[in-house]
Amino acid sequence: MAKAEKIEIYANLCKGCEICVELCPVDALEMKDFKAAVKDLDKCIACMQCELRCPDFAIEVYKK
Amino acid sequence: MAYDYSKYLRAGKIPHIWCPGCGYGIIMKSMIRAIDGLGWDKNEVVMTSGIGCASRLPGYIDANTLHTTHGRSLAFATGVKVANPKLKVIAMGGDGDMTAIGGNHFIHACRRNIDITCFVFNNYIYGMTGGQYSPTTPKGSRATTAPYGNSDNQFDIAQLAMGAGATFVARTTTYHAVPMEKLMKQALEHKGFSVVEIIAGCPTGYGRKNKLASPAGMIEWQKDHSVAIAQWEKMSDEEKAGKFPIGVLHEVNKPEYVEAYDANVGLS
Ligand SMILES: Cc1ncc(C[n+]2csc(CCOP(=O)(O)OP(=O)(O)O)c2C)c(N)n1
Ligand code: SF4
Ligand code: SF4
Ligand code: SF4
Ligand SMILES: [Mg+2]
Repeated sequence: MAKAEKIEIYANLCKGCEICVELCPVDALEMKDFKAAVKDLDKCIACMQCELRCPDFAIEVYKK
Repeated sequence: MAYDYSKYLRAGKIPHIWCPGCGYGIIMKSMIRAIDGLGWDKNEVVMTSGIGCASRLPGYIDANTLHTTHGRSLAFATGVKVANPKLKVIAMGGDGDMTAIGGNHFIHACRRNIDITCFVFNNYIYGMTGGQYSPTTPKGSRATTAPYGNSDNQFDIAQLAMGAGATFVARTTTYHAVPMEKLMKQALEHKGFSVVEIIAGCPTGYGRKNKLASPAGMIEWQKDHSVAIAQWEKMSDEEKAGKFPIGVLHEVNKPEYVEAYDANVGLS
C-alpha cells in the first residue's frame, strides 16, 4: 500500500468545506478550528483523492 | 510531487470566489490537468464563458479568456473559431447559461458541428443569483422560486446535445475527478462539436434547500446516482429510475462546420 511522506494543508486557502475529511477512505484527516488538519499520517494510503477533490488548492499529498 | 497548477493560473487570483465546497474548483483542476496532459500551448487556447458562478472559471486561467454576457459563451466562441480556426476554443457555462437563456446558441452550435469543446457545469440551479430553478432542476426539488417543489420537467443536457447534432457527448461528475480529466481530454481532441456535461454540487443554492447541505454529501450523491454507460445499457427501466449514465454517451464523425463552410465558398 502506498504511503505519504507528508500532507501539506494551506490554512490560508482552506475554506473548511470538509470534503477531504469526509471522503478520506481511511480517516487520516480531521477538522481543527474550521480547517482541515492531518489526524494520522501513518493511516494515509496516498490515494490522492483529497488533493484531487479539494476545490481550493488547499491540500497536497506527497507520496513516499 | 504534488501536481503544480500554478502555471495555468493567473497570479494573485486564488482563492477563487466560489463558496466553500462548491464543485467548480474540482472541475477547474480537472480541466487544467486535461489541457496540460495534451501539452497544449496556452497561447493557443481560448476559453469563453457567459454569466454565472460557472462562468467565472476562465477568469482564473492564464490563457486567452472571454467572460461575455449571459448565455452567449457559444456565440463568442463561434466567432473566435470562425475568425481563427487554428485556435483551440473551449466554451463553458452553467446549466442556466447554456440551456435557459443560451439554449438557442447551444442547440445551433450542436447542429453546426463547429470544432468547439463545450463544458456545461450542471448544478441543477441558478447558483449565482440565489438558487432559482433552472431547466435542469429535478422535478420536485426545491428552489427559491419553487418553495413547494419544482413542477417543471427536467432537461437532460446530454440528450439535448445528441438530439441537436453534437458529435461527441459525455457526462461526468465531480466525484469522478480523474475520469473527468480523461473525458475532457477526449472531448478536447474530438474534431467537431463536443459537449461534456459535468454534474457539480452547489451546496449554497441547491444543497441547502434540498437537504444536501454538506459538500461531501453532494459528492457522495453523485457517486450513488451515476452509472457507467456500459452498465447502464444492461439495466431495466426500473433500475434506471432516478439515476443517470456517465462516460462517453455518443461519438460520431461528421464534417466540421468551418471546413465545410470554407469548402462550400471555395476558400479551401
Ligand atoms: C440578460 C441577463 N439575464 C439575467 C441575468 C441574471 N443572472 C446572472 S447569472 C444567472 C443564472 C446563472 O445560472 P447558471 O448558468 O446555472 O450558473 P451557476 O451560477 O449556477 O453556475 C442569471 C439568471 C443576467 N446576468 N443577464
Ligand atoms: S477539501 Fe480543501 S478546502 Fe475543503 S476542508 Fe479540505 S483542504 Fe479545506
Ligand atoms: S491521500 Fe487518500 S488516504 Fe491520504 S489523506 Fe488523502 S484521501 Fe486520505
Ligand atoms: S452559489 Fe453555488 S455554484 Fe455559486 S459559488 Fe456558491 S456553491 Fe458554487
Ligand atoms: Mg447552475
